[in-house]
Amino acid sequence: MNARLQPGLASVDESLRQLIFDMESGATPAPFRAIKLDRRGFLKLTGLAGGGLVLAFSMGGKAEAADATGEFAPNAFLRIARDGSVLIYNKGPEIGQGIKTAFPLIIAEELDAKWSDVKVQQAPVNPAVYGRQSAGGSRSIPDSWDQLRRAGAVARQMLVAAAAAQWKVPAEECTAGESLVMHGKRKATYGSLAARAATLAVPDGSTVKLKDRKDYRLLGKWYTGVDNQAIVTGQPLFGIDQTLPGMKYAVYQRCPATGGKVRSANLDEIKRLPGVRDAFVIEGNGKPTEIMPGVAIVADSTWAAFEARKQLKVDWDESTASKDSWTALARRAAELAKLPAGAMPVANTGSVDDALKSAAKTVSGFYTYPFVAHAPLEPQNCTAWSHDGIVEFWSPTQTADRAIELAAGALGITPDKVKINQTRVGGGFGRRLMNDYMCEAGAIAQRFNAPVKVTWTREQDMAHDFLRPGGFHSLTGGIDAQGKLVAWRNHFITVTQDGKAPSSGAGWAGNQFPGLSVPNYQLTQTMLPIRTPTGPWRAPGSSAVAWVIQSFLHEIAVAAGRDHRDFLLEVMGEPRVLDGGLNTGRAADVIKLACEKAGWGRKLPEGRGLGLAFHFSHAGHIAEVAEVSVDADQRVRLHRMVVAGDIGPIVNMSGAMNQCEGAVVDGFSTMLGLQVTMEGGLIEQSNFHQYPLLRMPQHPQVEVHFLQSENPPTGVGEPALPPVAPAICNAIHAATGKRVRTLPLTREGFAAA
Amino acid sequence: MPSIQLRVNGKTLTADVDPNTPLLWVLRDALGLVGTKFGCGMALCGACTVHADGDPIRACSTPVSSVADKSITTIEGLAPAPGKLHPLQQAWIDHDVPQCGYCQAGQLMSAAALLAHTPKPTDADIDTAMAGNICRCGTYQRVRAAIHSAADALARRKA
Repeated sequence: MNARLQPGLASVDESLRQLIFDMESGATPAPFRAIKLDRRGFLKLTGLAGGGLVLAFSMGGKAEAADATGEFAPNAFLRIARDGSVLIYNKGPEIGQGIKTAFPLIIAEELDAKWSDVKVQQAPVNPAVYGRQSAGGSRSIPDSWDQLRRAGAVARQMLVAAAAAQWKVPAEECTAGESLVMHGKRKATYGSLAARAATLAVPDGSTVKLKDRKDYRLLGKWYTGVDNQAIVTGQPLFGIDQTLPGMKYAVYQRCPATGGKVRSANLDEIKRLPGVRDAFVIEGNGKPTEIMPGVAIVADSTWAAFEARKQLKVDWDESTASKDSWTALARRAAELAKLPAGAMPVANTGSVDDALKSAAKTVSGFYTYPFVAHAPLEPQNCTAWSHDGIVEFWSPTQTADRAIELAAGALGITPDKVKINQTRVGGGFGRRLMNDYMCEAGAIAQRFNAPVKVTWTREQDMAHDFLRPGGFHSLTGGIDAQGKLVAWRNHFITVTQDGKAPSSGAGWAGNQFPGLSVPNYQLTQTMLPIRTPTGPWRAPGSSAVAWVIQSFLHEIAVAAGRDHRDFLLEVMGEPRVLDGGLNTGRAADVIKLACEKAGWGRKLPEGRGLGLAFHFSHAGHIAEVAEVSVDADQRVRLHRMVVAGDIGPIVNMSGAMNQCEGAVVDGFSTMLGLQVTMEGGLIEQSNFHQYPLLRMPQHPQVEVHFLQSENPPTGVGEPALPPVAPAICNAIHAATGKRVRTLPLTREGFAAA
Repeated sequence: MPSIQLRVNGKTLTADVDPNTPLLWVLRDALGLVGTKFGCGMALCGACTVHADGDPIRACSTPVSSVADKSITTIEGLAPAPGKLHPLQQAWIDHDVPQCGYCQAGQLMSAAALLAHTPKPTDADIDTAMAGNICRCGTYQRVRAAIHSAADALARRKA
């Protein structure tokens, strides 16, 4: 069901390559592929000291005897105590996508628990027990939906069986709901049944009866986040909030240009500074995803470490460091764009050259989008402690499962010597799929006899990101005499780290729309070498390329004198599922819905326009209509964005809508004024004054409509983002007649109103 | 290291810090009040917003010595009493404002300062008061709605 994007292969190293492949392809990460819901050993059961029922996944093992101490709890998905309280463990990293509320809701639905009885705790990081414990690719819901439902359903079946035994009636005559089992007029609370349920045999998880969607009591409604109370009262939830007894505070200085090594540093001088405990060089392994060479400073406070860093003088060996230049890259791309095709074919259907020659009309455009940063508001940080033969982490990571082996490899220890505590994450957006900051913290902790919290400055966060790659597209499209799209040629000029394949997040697959929807389609590629690390950025690939495709499609529609909505629906064609997962029927449904809700076709005052875009990614079908005004000084205001999505059934309506609202702000913010440039290998933007994220006065009104089809549910952290930029640019064209072919808008002379 | 006395959330606390240390790091590292967040270090993002004598300030760029004679309120002290919430905190929960939640302490402190001066803010008032607080997740629409809700709740309470 997921989009099979061309994985951005051949990146900075193998582990990242594999990670990107998994994230972008939607594949289950390799180490966990073997984990299935084992028939007999699906759950293991234990009676707690307090007579509670603990159900834990026991992947591949058989049910174990009860443990009176309740020590199975760390492996459990849910626990019911005698007082009726239901404890549910959230296995996934909470990065702002709302999974700490959504996952427990899925379990609670099948458990038939009353939501107000449920307390949620973050589960231990243990992929052998929990399976996937990553947040990326909008895969959390689709990958865990079945697993979590069965966890709840098995528990419900056991509670029903306990009640049936107590009442000496057939279990089939009993029903469950609101943390109660009922038979006729009799009722028993889950709390009162917990002890008896704990003595029963565990039913077969793979065949346990799941609820019909029509019987759902919880899913699809509006729930507020389970951590909201703690967030609004300032409780220590995030990675950067962790404190341990005796903890010290560290900074780590890498070479500003990627790939530079330490020749020498004024370590003795640094060690004499107030509050500094130690300073030392770390060689690292040269992998941007693990440990780059640098200098660590350990101090009594974050501020002492930050101040000491200002005095740090490092003689860098930059002989092999990045010399990347955005200016040179863009200049070279503009030259290459004159060639109709690149050397690397990606997709070729029909005969584009012939079709363009015989076309009634052709349209050409050269599109440029910049590198952009993730800039999560919580700077990279991690607390690590080398103790008792292990290295223990408190990490705001998006990929705790993979970080175990990664950190072990980087630190030269075995994976069983790595323990990770998952913290809440102050923004992911793809940045924390990488665990470089974590490996650094581990390496520093190995050299220091106390827990150490490493905190990056904002400037370091900007300087050492894994950027969304910039790219260039030279396009020509052709229409026939009836105004139908007959040819599409795209020479994609992208970036590469190894010369063999696009950098991470810089590839584009041939089956992506409109690759399978135009009779004559050609996608070729030219790759320009860079050293600057790149990586997945919210809706990798799609976040940039959808802008190109949906803008250019609009250009063609305008040239054909066609209504954009009708033209887009015509290109979608008959309802069918294309290779890669795009369902053209679902696409048409959301396009129509977005247009209907936005009042497509209505008369607008001068300088105001509507713009439409659709994109399919991460198994989500999303159409958006932007309402934009542009004044005489080219100041742009996005008044309203209508989002129409089909992501299957909704788990938490508030969470799903919040993701769409945020995606619109993120997409607008990025296309309006954000770009990262590099010269001489150095990133030129250092902080928010040079990376102006959207603020309160500019945010649009966002309206979200979900179709909630019967298709399997999927994630919505990403798919609402890609249509944002093209919808806005198409609206700018409708308002002004100006075509935007370079992002951000500020490079085309536009500004925020 | 000199000792500095600070009045934070109604309590007098002592921290042994360099007087030039930004208030943010005194709160977070010396006093263990980690609800106030580090985002940029340049007063650009508002994540570190606290009140000094009721006025919103950016703790990341405020030397602790400059507020030693002032009464500091942090997110941990925004609620009027233990077990109670400020109307803004309740509105934040009800509107399900947070996504990652990292900026929300700063958003709340800016909003609380706004309501203290302007009990019934217009959208333009909100734009002005909240423009210094970045939400990377883009929860602005809900922040705005929550501020209006809290203002309504305060008005009902006084009525």
